[in-house]
Amino acid sequence: MKVLILGAGQVGRTAAQNLAREPANEVTVVDSNEEVLRDLQSRVDVRTVAGNASFPSVLVAAGIADTDLLVALTSSDEVNMIACEIANALYRTPTKIARIRAGEYTSHDRLFTPGMLAVDVWINPEQLVTEYIERLIRNPGALQVVDFADGRARLVGMLARRGGLLVGQQLRTLKDHMPNADARIAAIYRNGRFVPPDGETVVEEDDEIFFVAARDHIQRMMNEITRAEGKVRKVIIAGGGHIGFRLAQLLEKDFQVKLIERNPDRARRVSERLENTIVLGGDAQDEELLIEENVDDTDVFAAVTNSEEANVLSAMLAKRLGARKTLAIINRPSYGELMDNRSIDIAVSPPTVTIGSLLARVRRGDVVRVHSLRRGSAEALETVVHGTQDRSRVIGRSIGDISMPNGASIIALVRGEKVVMAHHDTLIETEDHVIVFLADRRQVEAVQKLFHSG
Amino acid sequence: MRSLLAIVNVLGALLFLFAAYYLLPVITALVYGETDELWVFLQCAAATAVAGAALLLVTRRHRAELKPRDGYLLVSLSWIAVTAAAAVPFLLGVPRLSFTDAFFESMSGLSTTGSTVMTGLDSLPHAVNMWRCALHWLGGMGIIVLAVAVLPLLGVGGMQMYRAEAPGPVKDAKLTPRITETAKALWLSYAGMTAVCILALWGAGMPGFDAICHGFSVMSLGGFSTHDASVGWFNSPLIEFVMILFMLLASINFSTHFMALRKGEFSAYRRDPEARWVFVWLGASVVAVTLALWLPGIYPDLLGTIRHSAFNVVALATTSGFMTEDYAQWPIFAPMWMLFLSCVIPNTGSTGGGIKMFRALIMIKQAFREMFVLVHPAAVAPLKIAGQAVPNRVIYSVLAFVFVYFMTVLLLTFTLLASGMDFISAFTATIASVNNAGPGLGTVGPASNYGVLTDFQTWVCALAMLLGRIEIFTFLILFTPSFWRK
Repeated sequence: MKVLILGAGQVGRTAAQNLAREPANEVTVVDSNEEVLRDLQSRVDVRTVAGNASFPSVLVAAGIADTDLLVALTSSDEVNMIACEIANALYRTPTKIARIRAGEYTSHDRLFTPGMLAVDVWINPEQLVTEYIERLIRNPGALQVVDFADGRARLVGMLARRGGLLVGQQLRTLKDHMPNADARIAAIYRNGRFVPPDGETVVEEDDEIFFVAARDHIQRMMNEITRAEGKVRKVIIAGGGHIGFRLAQLLEKDFQVKLIERNPDRARRVSERLENTIVLGGDAQDEELLIEENVDDTDVFAAVTNSEEANVLSAMLAKRLGARKTLAIINRPSYGELMDNRSIDIAVSPPTVTIGSLLARVRRGDVVRVHSLRRGSAEALETVVHGTQDRSRVIGRSIGDISMPNGASIIALVRGEKVVMAHHDTLIETEDHVIVFLADRRQVEAVQKLFHSG
Repeated sequence: MRSLLAIVNVLGALLFLFAAYYLLPVITALVYGETDELWVFLQCAAATAVAGAALLLVTRRHRAELKPRDGYLLVSLSWIAVTAAAAVPFLLGVPRLSFTDAFFESMSGLSTTGSTVMTGLDSLPHAVNMWRCALHWLGGMGIIVLAVAVLPLLGVGGMQMYRAEAPGPVKDAKLTPRITETAKALWLSYAGMTAVCILALWGAGMPGFDAICHGFSVMSLGGFSTHDASVGWFNSPLIEFVMILFMLLASINFSTHFMALRKGEFSAYRRDPEARWVFVWLGASVVAVTLALWLPGIYPDLLGTIRHSAFNVVALATTSGFMTEDYAQWPIFAPMWMLFLSCVIPNTGSTGGGIKMFRALIMIKQAFREMFVLVHPAAVAPLKIAGQAVPNRVIYSVLAFVFVYFMTVLLLTFTLLASGMDFISAFTATIASVNNAGPGLGTVGPASNYGVLTDFQTWVCALAMLLGRIEIFTFLILFTPSFWRK
C-alpha cells in the first residue's frame, strides 16, 4: 500500500515508523523542515519530500497520483483539510485521513459525510490521549484500557498484586469466582516474557495481565487480579493545555479536580470554561504549591504538560509528597523504560495511543480497530469476518479448530450488541467482530491472511 | 461650547418629539369631554413644540455627530428638560399645586417612582390621571431609547446615549446590528406586552380607563394609580394576581423578552442569568413575610395573609409601589425587608430601579471568591455568571457603583434629617426614591403621601429619583472636573 504522510511531528514520525515496519507499505513523508526529514530518513526506511504540505506541486512530487492512503498530520487543521481536498480534487485519492484538533470542526458531523469535506476519517490525537487517560482514572489499578466495538468490550492491562483473588491460583478457578461474568484472560507477561495462558497457568504476583471483558464486568474482574483500590475522588492535573483542559472537563462532574497551569493567560482562559475545577496558577514542580493544595491527599496526579521532562519531574515529586498514584505523558519510549521504579505508576505515550487508529486503515480485510500494546511489541485488533462458509477459513468453525499463528489468539467476539467470550467450542459466524490478541506483532500478516477471505 | 450647542440641538429635537406625546391626554380629554383640560394640554403641546422647534432652529448650524462623553450631558439635560415640560400641565390643570409639587409629580412619573403629592386622585380629571400614567410608561423604557428608535439624527452617538441611560452594568449587548433597530425592538416588546397587560386587566374586571392607566404603570414598574387607595380600591384577588404576573415580567430584562418573543421559545429565560433569581428571592420573601404576618395574627385567615403578603411584597420589591394594605402597620421586619428587596430585585434592562439583580449577584459571588482565594492562594478563579466570566473591570465598576449608591442614600438621608424629618421617614423616603419604588414608611408611608413634605424635602426626593433612574454615575459625572476638561 502506498502511504503519504504529511507532517513529521511526533505523531507523523511514529506513524511513519509503524507503517514502514510492515513490508507491504511504501511510505513517503512530507514536511517543511528538511533537518527533521533528514533525521527521519536516516532511521526509518521512508522517502521524504520537503515543502509545504498543501501545495499541489509538493503533493505531486511526493507521488500523490498513485497514493492509496493520505494521512495529513501537520500541526494545522486547515492545512490538513486543504491537503485532503486537493488530493481528492486532483487525483481522487481513495482514503484520506486528517488530523483535526479543533472541536469547532469535528463537532459538525455533517462536514465529514460524503459530498462535503473530502476527509474520510478525522483523528484527534489529543482527544484520543485524553479519553485514554480518562479511562485509566475511572478504572483505578489498570495500566491500559482500550475499547473494542464502540466500548462494548474492553481490553485491560494491569499488574497482579497480592490480595487479588486469582493470584496464586490456576486460571480455571476464575469461573468459580465469577460464575456469571463474562471475562477472559488474554495474555500473561512474566518478567517481560509472554506466557500463553491456559487453564493450568498459575497467576503470580507482579505478572502483567491482559484480560477482555464486557464493560460492566471490568471492575469485578480487576478485583480478581489485585486488591481493590480505594475509590478515586481527588485528582490533580498538571498542565492546562488541550489535554489537561479536556481531561478536567471530562472528570470534573465525578471527581474533585484541581488543575495547575503555569501560564497566567492560559490559566485564566481555562478557568473561565471549567465549571467545578479549581484552577491554580503556578508550576506543578513547585513543592510549596503541591503541599499547599494537599497533594498527599490526592488519589491521582496526572502530569500532562507539553514537556515530558516536566511531567516526569512533577509526577516523581508528587509521588514523593504522597500522591497515591501518578500518571505522566511521556513520548520517548526510553523514558518509559526508566519508569519501572514505581515513582510513576503509569506512563502514557501519545504516539502509541494514536497509532492504532491509523494502523486499522492500512490493514487488509475489514479491520475496524487496532490497539498497540506494550510499547508497540504486542497488538490487539478487531476485525469483521465476511463471506460464506465455503470461502472463508474461519466461518462456521469453532475457535478450537482454527489454527492461529504462534502467539496469536482469539479472545472474544462481538455479535451485534452482545459480547461473547472466546471458548474452544464457540462457532464463528459471518459478520462477527473478532478480537484477536497478538503477543508478537510480526504475526499481523499471517492473522490478516487467515481472516481475509478470497 | 460647540458640542454644547450640538447637544442643545438634539435636546430641541427631543422636546419637539415629546410634544406629540400630549396626544394621549388630549384624546382622553376629548373622550370624556373635559374641555378645560383639553385646552390646557393643547396649550402645553403647542408650547413644547414651539420651544423644541426654536432650539432646533437656533442651533441648526451646530448639528454634529455627538461624542461619547456628550451622551452623559444630553441624558441628564433631557431628563430635566422633559420633566420640567411635563410638569406644566399639572401646574395649570390641578388647582392649588405649587411648581415644586408639579415638578415632583412629573419626576415621580417619568422616573417610574410612583410616589405622589396629590390627594383626591379619584376626582382628578381623566386627562390628568392619564398624563400621570403615560409619563410612567414613557420613562419606563426610557426617553432616549425611544428617541434613538425614532430619531435617525442621533446616528452612531445613539449607542453612547443608550448606554448612558439604560439601567444595569452590562450595556454592550446589542440585539441587532444597528442600535436604532435594537431600540425599536425593545420598544416593540415593551408596547406589545403593555397591550396584553391592559387587556388582561380589563378582562380581570377593571374598567377600561383604569385598565389602560394601570397597564401603563404596571409595565413600567411605576406605581401611579387612579385611586387614593391604590389597587386596594378594586379589592379583587384576580386583578392583584394579574398585576403580580405582569410586575414580575416587567422586572425581567426586556432583551430577554425580545429574544423569547422573536424565536417563540422559552429557553431565553432559562439562559438569562438574573431572571431565575427574581423568582427564588421573591418566593422566599413572600413565605417569610407571610409567616411574619400570620404568626402574630395580623389577618384572620391564612389565604388572605398570603394574598396581601404576595401582592405588597412583589409590588414594592419590583419597585412598582402599588399597595392594597397599609403595610406600615405590619411588623417592621416586613416593610423594611420589602424596601431592601427593591434595591436588588429588578434586572438589568428592566423598567425597575435600584442596584439591580446583576450587580447584587456580582457582589455576592465576589465575596465568595475572596473567601475561596484565601483557602487556595494560587487559584485562578474568575467570577462567572451563568457560565460567563465577568471581566474584573466590570466588577470594579459594580463595586464603585454600589459604594456611590450607598453614599448617595446616606447623604440624602442626612440631608432630610437635617431638614427636620424623623429617621424612619427620611431613610425610607430616600431608599424608596432612589430605587424608584414609591412609598416609604412613617410620614411618607402607604397611608399618606409625599404631599406632607416641605418644598426643600420635595426637591431632595425629586433629585433622588433622577439619580436613581439614570443610575447616579451618568449624573455625577457632570460634576467631575475631568468631564469638562478638553
